[in-house]
Formats: sequence, C-alpha cells, structure tokens
Amino acid sequence: METALVGLIALFFAVSLYLLLSKSIIRMLLGVAILGNAVNLLIFTTGRLTAEIPPIVPEDAYAPIQGSANPLPQALILTAIVIGFAMFAFLLVLGYRAYQALDADNTDNMRLAEPEDAPRPPLSY
Amino acid sequence: MATAATSYDALNLPPAMIEGATAPADWIVVWPVALALFGAGLLVMLRNQRPLQSVFAGLIVLAIIVSNVYLLLRVFEAGPLAMTMGKWLPPFGITFVADMTGALFALSASVAAFIVVIFAKVELDGREYRFGFYPLLLLLLCGVSGSFLTGDIFNLYVWFEVMLIASFGLLILGGRRIQIDGAVKYGFLNFLATALFLIAIAYLYGITGTLNMADIARKSAEAPVGPLLTASGLFLFAFGVKAAAFPANAWLPAAYHTPAVAVSALFGGLLTKVGAYAAYRVLVLMLPAGRDMLEPVILAVAVATMILGPLGALAQTNLRRAIGFLVIGGIGVLFAGLTLGTQHGIGGGVIYAVHSILTLTAFYLVGGLVERMSGTQDIRYMGGIYTVNAPLSILFIILVFAMAGLPPFLGLWPKILLVEGGVRAGDWVIVTTLLLNSLLTLIAASRLWAHIFWRNGHEGARSEQPNDTLRRLTSDEVGLGLAPTIALVALIVVLGFFPNWLIEAGGVAAIDLLEPERYISAVFAGVPQS
Repeated sequence: METALVGLIALFFAVSLYLLLSKSIIRMLLGVAILGNAVNLLIFTTGRLTAEIPPIVPEDAYAPIQGSANPLPQALILTAIVIGFAMFAFLLVLGYRAYQALDADNTDNMRLAEPEDAPRPPLSY
Repeated sequence: MATAATSYDALNLPPAMIEGATAPADWIVVWPVALALFGAGLLVMLRNQRPLQSVFAGLIVLAIIVSNVYLLLRVFEAGPLAMTMGKWLPPFGITFVADMTGALFALSASVAAFIVVIFAKVELDGREYRFGFYPLLLLLLCGVSGSFLTGDIFNLYVWFEVMLIASFGLLILGGRRIQIDGAVKYGFLNFLATALFLIAIAYLYGITGTLNMADIARKSAEAPVGPLLTASGLFLFAFGVKAAAFPANAWLPAAYHTPAVAVSALFGGLLTKVGAYAAYRVLVLMLPAGRDMLEPVILAVAVATMILGPLGALAQTNLRRAIGFLVIGGIGVLFAGLTLGTQHGIGGGVIYAVHSILTLTAFYLVGGLVERMSGTQDIRYMGGIYTVNAPLSILFIILVFAMAGLPPFLGLWPKILLVEGGVRAGDWVIVTTLLLNSLLTLIAASRLWAHIFWRNGHEGARSEQPNDTLRRLTSDEVGLGLAPTIALVALIVVLGFFPNWLIEAGGVAAIDLLEPERYISAVFAGVPQS
C-alpha cells in the first residue's frame, strides 16, 4: 500500500513540476493545485498507514489501542488543504487579473516590473 | 460514562493534560500574536471609520511593542518562556516559546511596523484604506510575530501562510498594473517555497514522529542520517527561497518596488528576515547534524549572496530595486552566520538581523521620501535633492554607513562579531567575503547617495544646472513621513552607540540555539518524566 501511494505521489510531483515549468499562467495554476495534493498525500503517507482501527480512546483507558490509525496527519492535511485552497483561489484571481490588466497569459510578456530594455546605470560618479 | 467511583478530576484530567492553570505572567508569550490578530479583526469592523483606523492601528502596535519589551525583559531574567495551548502536555499540544532569538526578532519587527503605521498616513488614498491596509498590516505582523514565537514546526508553517496571504493583499493594494505583474512572480515563488517547507515537515514528521521543536531537538540526534539530510536540505532550500538567498533571489527585486513605499518598507524589513530566522531555528536548534552536513552548501549560498546582492544594486537605476538588492546582500550576511555555526557566528547573525530589520525599513522610507520629492523612481532624474531637503541627505548617508557596517553605527557590531567568529574558526573565505560585502555595499549605496543628493540636475545635463522637477515636502509629509523616519534613524544611531545589551542578548540567543538544554527544559517543565 505504501509503495503504491509513493508511486502516486511521485507521479503527482512530476506532473506538477512539469506544469510549473511552463510559461503559461493557467498551466502553472494547475501545477500549483496538483502540487498541493501531492504534498497532502506525502504527509498522509509519512504518518504511516496502519490497520483500520479508529483512533478512539476506550472508556476505561487513557490511550488509544495499540495499532490504531494515526489521527495527526489527517489534522495536518485538513489544515494544509484549507490553506492551500485559499492560496489557490488567490492565485487564480491574480492570474485572471493579470490576464485582464497586462493582456498576457505568457510570463515572457510580463515585463512591466522589470523592463526588458532597462537603462544602463549612469556612468558619472 | 465511567463508574461513579471515578472522581471528577480523574475524568477530566487524564495524564496527557496539564494540571493547573498557566501563570498569568506567562500569558505574555501569546500577547504579541493575539493583540495583532484581535486588532486586525477590530479594524476590519471599523473599515468605514477612516480617521479611527490609523489611530487604532498605532495604539495596537504600540501595545504589541510594550508586550514584546516585557517579554524580552522576562527572557533576559528567567531564560526561555513556554506555554502550551489547550492544556495538552507537550509535545502533544502546540507550544509557544519565547527565547532570546524570538523575542529580539519580534521586538524589532514591531518597532519597524510602528514607524510604517505612521508613515503610511502620508501616502494612502481612500481606496487603499477601504481595501484594508491597516488590517492587512496587523495580520502581517501577526504572522511574523507568530513565526518568531511558535515552538511547533507545523504551526510555523501556518504562521508563514498567514504572513504570506497578508503580504499578497498588501502587495496588490491599489491594483496598479505594475503591482499585478510583481505579485504574479512573488505569489508563485513564495507559494512554491511554503510547499517545499511543508514537504520537509512531512519528512521530518516521518523520521522523528513529532512536530514540537524542542522534542525534535531532543530526538534528531538519533535520527537516521540519510532521511535527516533530505529533510535538512529541503528546509534550507525552502527558507533560502523565502529569504531571497542566491540563487532563488529573483522574485524580490521583481516585486518589492511595485507597491506603496510603506508596504515596501514593511516587506524589506520583515519578510525576508522571517526566512532567515526559520533557517536559524530549524538548522541550528532542531537539526544541528543536518547543518553540519550542509555546511559547504550554506557557505556557497552565503558567499554568492553576499557578493551578488550589492553588485546587483550597483547595476540598477531604479532606487527601490537597488535597495531590494541591498536586502539580498544582507541575507547573505545572515547565512554567513549560519555557516559559521559558532557562538560568534550565530550571535552576530541574530544582532545583524535586528540591525537589518530597522535599517532596511528606514532605508525604504527615506527612499520613499526621495521619490515623493522627485516624482520618479529613477535615480538618473533625482539629482539635486540636497538643495531641496538637506536633512534627508544626512539620514540617507547614516543609513548607507549603517548598511555597510562603518563605525559608529549599528551595522558595525554584528559584522565585528561575525568576522571575529570567522577568524577564530579559521574560515578565511567567510572573513574575506564579509569584508568584501561591506566594501561593495558601501560603493553601491554611496553611489546612490551621490546621484540623488550630491550632483545637481538630471543625468546627462550639466551638473550646475538645477533640477527644476523637484518639489519640497508638504507639512503633512514632514510631520508624518520625515519625523518618524528621523525617529527610526535616531534609534539606529543610539543603538550603535550603546550596543552592549544587544551584544549580550545576541550571545544568550546563540547559546540557547546551540545548546538548547534551557529551551527544552522550559518547554517540558511540568511534564512527568516517565
């Protein structure tokens, strides 16, 4: 099971990195979305996959039964999903605004902040 | 339900819980973060009350400064302070810890933010008020303070994201086209850096099975070497991108000159330092073995960043982009301290960060006043400001000397400590590069000064010809823009003349990072040893 998940995570990372290397903002956004999922799956896997015993403390004990599932990665992933969703939403709107305001989906054409024909520094003192 | 014989206490306080309440005085650890968070909420509610916004923001930041000062004094007296949320025993609950490093960073950040709150009154128009400059500023300060004071690595990630989303908002406030352009680059690269940070956390959790920094510091020594190196390398990469260290520095000069000056000043002073702080915290306190293995990499990063930062500044005609490259040069110095990893190196690095937070904020603010007087960002058309406003030239030259580390200003002392650390360790590459960095910074920054203040008129025009595009500062700009900047520069000068307490604090910070026994025992105080 772990091996299968690791393969899936590797696939997700490969796809997201390929998309992030693109010049097109839309493709980069898809890469960001997949990257977030790859990281979440990674956290899930590093928390160890265990048998299907729910992590509930029995009435007369202070700790969950030995071998029950690890609840912490799920809490971490939940946090990461919420944050990642907010970030993705912001970047999506930003990409749309960039398309409207700069008329560019290609990062090569976004040179307003760093002009391509920047003047040389003055040579006087 | 358990049997009736079970006592009330036993039911409600199983062994994983702290018994008894946190002492009221120890709550101070969360005050800086809580005040900023509640303040931001309050200001969102008051968003239609423009006059109240800045007053409230100022009062809240002032309260944060007071709590940070108290926190620093407590840490000076009693060592690291810790508090764990929700009565869970550490390492299960999220812990907040204030040690000397965190307290010093948090205090300087809040001081810089206070000056920016006043300065922002000069340049914000109605739209930026309505879209929430002050709430976003407080949220940013909340994220920054949280990063400095948290004792839990996943919680650090959360504060990074709080800071990041607030900085996104500040960066595009006003919505000019150039800001959108800068924000695209800033947004994607910083998102990627936090994703890398999260990957590293996942690996670290897989290795050690804990997220509490003090607990990781205890357990990382026994961790297997290979996975530990992977995690440490990913942490270094992620924090390197956040701190804009070479070769991941390209996003900083692309974005930091696009928003309002107040925002630039806040970013230049605070944001990159959080990346450097996290690198110190994780690689020195938590994973010292990882730092030792990565030392050649950190050395290469530090050397390249220290040289290329000021060289980049030398090649710019845009004033704020040039200052952005000086920010990068300063990050190189912080990484030099990390390379040394000795008491002098770490202590010097912590003091350098304090100096860098204050000086770079002031530098951006002075640059902003220059831009207002000349109506341009291009240093070729700024000549002759000395004739219009001579005091500003004094502020600027003080900051140039402080940046370069010339006596008697604040920048000198951390550089001395770092160079001494390098000499003691026999690390001549670091020593040479540190001195070269000072020289190049001096050349780049004083060249800016010469073009803005010393020569008259535009570039290309005869120097005797006065520059008639300049205007004087209005009384509003003097009162709300120049006066707070003078106060900040005065603070830098005073700290430069009386650095003893700061050097002492830096030494304590370094010891607590290098030998974290006090840190660990502060976190685990009251935990029954099993």
